[in-house]
This record gives sequence, C-alpha cells and structure tokens, in this order.
Amino acid sequence: MSGIRVGFLAHAAEMPPPPRTFSVPGMVIVGAVLISYLTGLVVLDISPLRIIAGFSRLTDIVRQMFPPSPGSMDHFWTYLGALGQTLAIAFLGTSAAAVVALPLGFLAARNVVAGRVLHFLTRRAMDTVRSVDTLIWALIWINVVGLGPFAGALAIACTDMAGLAKLMSETIETADNGPIEGVLSAGGGRLAVIRFGLLPQVLPIFASQALYFFESNTRSATIIGIVGAGGIGLYLSEMIRVLEWQEAAFLILLVLISVAAIDVVSRRLRSAIMGMPRG
Amino acid sequence: MAHIVATLPEMQRAALAAAYDQAVAARRRQLLLGFSVFLVALGIAVIGAEVNPVMFWNKLGNFTSYFDRLLTLDAGGRVWTHPSDWFWGIKRWLRLLGETALIAYVGTLSGAFIAFCACFLASRNLVHSATLRLVVRRVLELLRTVPDLVFAMVFVVAFGLGPLPGVLALTLHSAGTLGKLFTEVVESIDMRPVEGVRASGGSWLSQVRFGAVPQVLSNFASYALLRLEINFRGAAVIGFVGAGGIGEDLLIAIRKFYYQDVSAMLVLIVVAVMLLDMISERLRHRLLALEGGR
Repeated sequence: MSGIRVGFLAHAAEMPPPPRTFSVPGMVIVGAVLISYLTGLVVLDISPLRIIAGFSRLTDIVRQMFPPSPGSMDHFWTYLGALGQTLAIAFLGTSAAAVVALPLGFLAARNVVAGRVLHFLTRRAMDTVRSVDTLIWALIWINVVGLGPFAGALAIACTDMAGLAKLMSETIETADNGPIEGVLSAGGGRLAVIRFGLLPQVLPIFASQALYFFESNTRSATIIGIVGAGGIGLYLSEMIRVLEWQEAAFLILLVLISVAAIDVVSRRLRSAIMGMPRG
Repeated sequence: MAHIVATLPEMQRAALAAAYDQAVAARRRQLLLGFSVFLVALGIAVIGAEVNPVMFWNKLGNFTSYFDRLLTLDAGGRVWTHPSDWFWGIKRWLRLLGETALIAYVGTLSGAFIAFCACFLASRNLVHSATLRLVVRRVLELLRTVPDLVFAMVFVVAFGLGPLPGVLALTLHSAGTLGKLFTEVVESIDMRPVEGVRASGGSWLSQVRFGAVPQVLSNFASYALLRLEINFRGAAVIGFVGAGGIGEDLLIAIRKFYYQDVSAMLVLIVVAVMLLDMISERLRHRLLALEGGR
C-alpha cells in the first residue's frame, strides 16, 4: 500500500502545479461585490439586531394567519368578485397590449421596416415606456380615468405593449426567410409577403408570448389594487393595514391558487398553440 | 415556354382535393372556435373591469393634457427651459435613487445567495431524495408566486418602515425566481466532472463545489444581473407601501399633483433604468463570451 502511495506522490511531483482557481481580476471583482454589499447593509441601516427583532414579530404574524379565513360569507363573495376583477384586468390589459403591439412589432423589426430612424425611435420609445413600472402607470391612469379596474387594465396594457412589441419584433427578425422569398418570387407584393410569408410563421409564437404575459400579469394585477386600480390588491392591502391576518392570509392563498391554476391552463394552451401545424 | 404540368387522374385528384379542403376547414373551425371563446372571455372581462369606452374617449384628452402638465413648470413655461427649477430637489432625489439602487442590489445579492444554496438541493441530477427536492421546489415556488409588494407590506408591519422590509421582500422574491432558473441551469450541466469527483471519493459537497459550481457560475451571474434590472424597477415602487427608496416621494408627488416633480423623478428613474440595462447587458455579453471560451 505504502509503495503505491510513494509512487503516486513521486508522479505528482513531476506534474505541473495545478491551475490557480482564483485569478487576480476575479478576486478584485468578488471583493468589490462584497464591499459594496456590506456598504449597502450599513447605509440601509440593516443590522442583525433589527432583523432578529423583526423576525419575532413576523413569526407572531404568521401564527396569527392560521387558519386563513375570509371572516364571513359576505366577505368571501366580495373577495371572489375581486379575484374575478383581477383576472379581468390582466386579461383585458394583455389583449389590448397584444393588439397594439402587433403593428408596433412590425414597425420595430429590422427586416420589415427599412427606415433606420423609425426603427430606432420605436425601440427607444418602447424602452422608455417599459422602464416605468406598471404601478406608476396605474397612478397616472387613475388621474386620467379615475379610480377603478379600468385604470389598472390600461396600466397593464401600457407596460406590456412595449414589452410584447419588443419580443414580437425580435421574433419577426429571426423569422425564416424561405417562405418570404417564396412569396416574393411568385410575384407577391409587400403586404402579401407579410400576410403569407411572415404571419403564418410568427402568429403562433406571438400567441404563446401573449399567453406568457397574461400569466405574469395575473401576478401584477393582484398588486395593482394597492394604489386603487381595482382588483384583489385593494382588499389585501386593507386587511394588512388593519392587521386582519387571517383574512390577509386567505386573500394571499386565493391569489396563489388562481395563479397556479392559470399557469397550468396557460402552459397547456401554449403547448397546444406551438404544436399546431403552421401554414 | 410551354407549360407542362402533369396532373393526376381526375378521380385521384378529387379525393386529394377533398381531403385538403377538409383539413383546411377543420383548422378554420378550430381557429374560429378559439376566437369565439376568446371574444366571450373578452366580453366578460370588459364587464368585470368596468370598461367604459365612451368615458375613455371623453377623458383621453386628460391623458395628453396630463403629460402637458407634467412638462410645465409651476411658474409657467416648459420644464426644459429652466432645468434648475425643474430639478430643484435633485440632491434628495439622487440620494433616494441611490437608496433604491442599493435596495435592489442588496436584495438581489441576498436572494441570489439563497437561490445558490437551494438550487443544488432542488436539482434532479444531484439530489436523489425526491422528498427533499419537492420540499425545496415548493418553497421556491411559494416565494416566487407571492408578489414582492405583498411581502413588503407584511414586512413593513413586522420590521417597521424603511429600506429593511424592502430589501427582505426583494430578497425572498428573487430567491424564488432565481432558484428556479438556477435549478434549470444545474440540471443541464455536464455530469462527467461530478462523476469524476465522486469516483475519486469526493463527498457530496465537494462534488457540488468542484464538479458543478465551476460549470454554472457564469450563467448564474448572468441571471442575477437580469434579476437586478427587474429588481431596480421593483425597488422604485416598493416605497409605495413605505419600504424605502424613491417610491414614497413619487407616490406623494403623483397624489398631490406636483406635476413638475413627478416628471423630474420619472426622468431620473427612466435614465437610471436605461443606464443599468446598458451596463448589465454589456456584462452579460462578457459573461456569455466567458461561457463560450470554456
């Protein structure tokens, strides 16, 4: 046994030293990340003491959440209605966004619109719209159409229009050139190229992207009520404010279940759409 | 040039044409059915969301005039004619914007750390115990489904006002989303290095440390950067519920119709988001190049 060891060691001595796992620039980056993290903790006044004190209160709150209950049957129906409203906001917002995003996506696609300036301007405008959060848009729309779910739907439509248009333009840009050239060589005009060469390729992908946005929008729609733009968020923030933890927990549970259900349905639909023969 | 197109015998052709027509009709029916379901759902949603097209049309003028007011100084004149009046509160706003960025940064990094620890436990190729995997996955799913603002509202009650609840909310939510993405990365790694470490007698920890981690780090960093972009947008509004950052000032300005302040803060946020997106995109391209060179 010892012979083998010695042989192994002797062999090891001839080997080049193992490569260093940590390079100097790597260390600098890791150090910078850590130092800024610690600075952040200090500046934001985050101390272990505060966290521990808060956690004991948090466990209290979580204990008070059980069992989740809607309080009364009356509240139960109100909450269910609010949930329906939330879904309506998400659905309406996404649909409106998809309708507006479709032409915008074509405008922003490099292979459809040749004008560089137009292409650039559309992209930048969409980036600007996208960088403002849905909740801020909701506040702005509340000033325009008043409190209520309509403002929420418009806010979701606003943010998503930009995000969807960007995704759509990227899809159009990566579309297969074969069908397009086919239509062109058969004497098709510009519109015919889009209708018969592009649309059949990209529409199923668009539909699946819109569905994906709908999924994530059900999540945003649940919180949009916090600023007064309709849906279940209004009740949730109210229940948390008055420390009715059982009802708050019930509302959170309602959101979790509906989001999970929509995820399942939308995943099914998406795979059905993508599986459909194109043409 | 003479056209020579060989056609099939009439009977065969008719059968094929009929089959084709049928297939097209079936597709069309399916599409029509889907579309009508969509329309019905849309109708219900329109009623549910209290949409009022007439009111919308009448008030659409408010939307444009709102932006007109946003771009007008209280003293009159367009905002860009007196930038120093427009950005009168720049010192405070920049400090708040910095706080927002820090909240996003600390939250993302802490979330990434939790996700990093959890993802190896949730991966099918590294953990054999189905129960452990299931538990970790369910917890991550819970963290990801509860919106960060809901976490923030609860934490504000537990931890008090200020950036701490915001950081914790972003931490938990990012842990959930990143945990899922990280797990997917880990499940698609090359298993040979892991098996190599195991074959030479390495413990589970060293299998992960020397077999898996070197393969996934750059991907993880790229996902974390993407999350940082998202979290910055989130941190900008997390102040709406009193959890720190520029959100609280923005909310007050919008609610109290301080138009020029709203536009100034929005400009700052948009510029900051775009800057961050640009930097992060650069870094991510670098990381991807690193991945390709390996």
